[in-house]
Amino acid sequence: MTAKIAFDEVEVGTELPAQSFPVTRATLVRYAGASGDFNPIHWNERFAREVGLPDVIAHGMFTMASAVRVVTDWVGDPAAVVEYGVRFTKPVIVPDDEQGALIEVSAKVAAKLDDGRVRVDLTATSAGQKVLGMSRAVVQLA
Amino acid sequence: MALDQSFVGRSYPPTTPYEVGREKIREFAEAVGDANPVYTDTEAAKALGHPEVIAPPTFVFAITFKAAGQVIADPQLGLDYSRVVHGDQKFAYSRPVRAGDRLSVTSTIEAIKSLAGNDILDIRGEVHDEAGEHVVTAWTKLVARAAEEA
Repeated sequence: MTAKIAFDEVEVGTELPAQSFPVTRATLVRYAGASGDFNPIHWNERFAREVGLPDVIAHGMFTMASAVRVVTDWVGDPAAVVEYGVRFTKPVIVPDDEQGALIEVSAKVAAKLDDGRVRVDLTATSAGQKVLGMSRAVVQLA
Repeated sequence: MALDQSFVGRSYPPTTPYEVGREKIREFAEAVGDANPVYTDTEAAKALGHPEVIAPPTFVFAITFKAAGQVIADPQLGLDYSRVVHGDQKFAYSRPVRAGDRLSVTSTIEAIKSLAGNDILDIRGEVHDEAGEHVVTAWTKLVARAAEEA
């Protein structure tokens, strides 16, 4: 495990580089195949509407996987993430066009813990709505 | 109808080991658009001190969720899966998942709550490797939304 960020270099409030992740219908089809989650609410608009959704929505686990990239890209070694949890507060609605949706993620160091670990709090929004709540990662720094 | 509280604490038998394939990791990393070479290039993984390519942090969900299917499909529990949404997800890692791992999952029902007609089910999946060492624990909160009044 080789984090490229040193514990002594960060302070509470240190912001990680924010990132935006585009997601189209094609992204969802690909993620369904890779993850084995073939729930039709993630690729079939007719089905999604029948169960009361406004349109096809992204897999929550896709959003969770995207958001943590802000942390793993920052720290270098993804194995430095020792805990990661989220609450799925709102769905990411993915229109059937070339743009699809955008998941915008920012993060900052919220607490310095024992043994060179920090807690990073993440914020993920799409179309102005917060899509993840209580989104936190504990990261082992160098 | 509220779920039976007596299921709290119930554990299900460990799953048959899932063998983590390096091409499956690659496929997953590509699906989430993550080009970190530690997921695809053994030399890059070794440079970070890993014996093999590792999987992205949320990769293991595919394995733990499949294992949670034992709970979801337990006819005695009687969960209405057609009304289930994923509420929360958390992972705590002892080490990353690696290509070549053979992982089995032991699922336990940690809590059952009823809130405004919704059934809320907390399932803990303990993931161990072939040597019996702990790799990751996954906590999954499922919410079965209340059925509309007829």
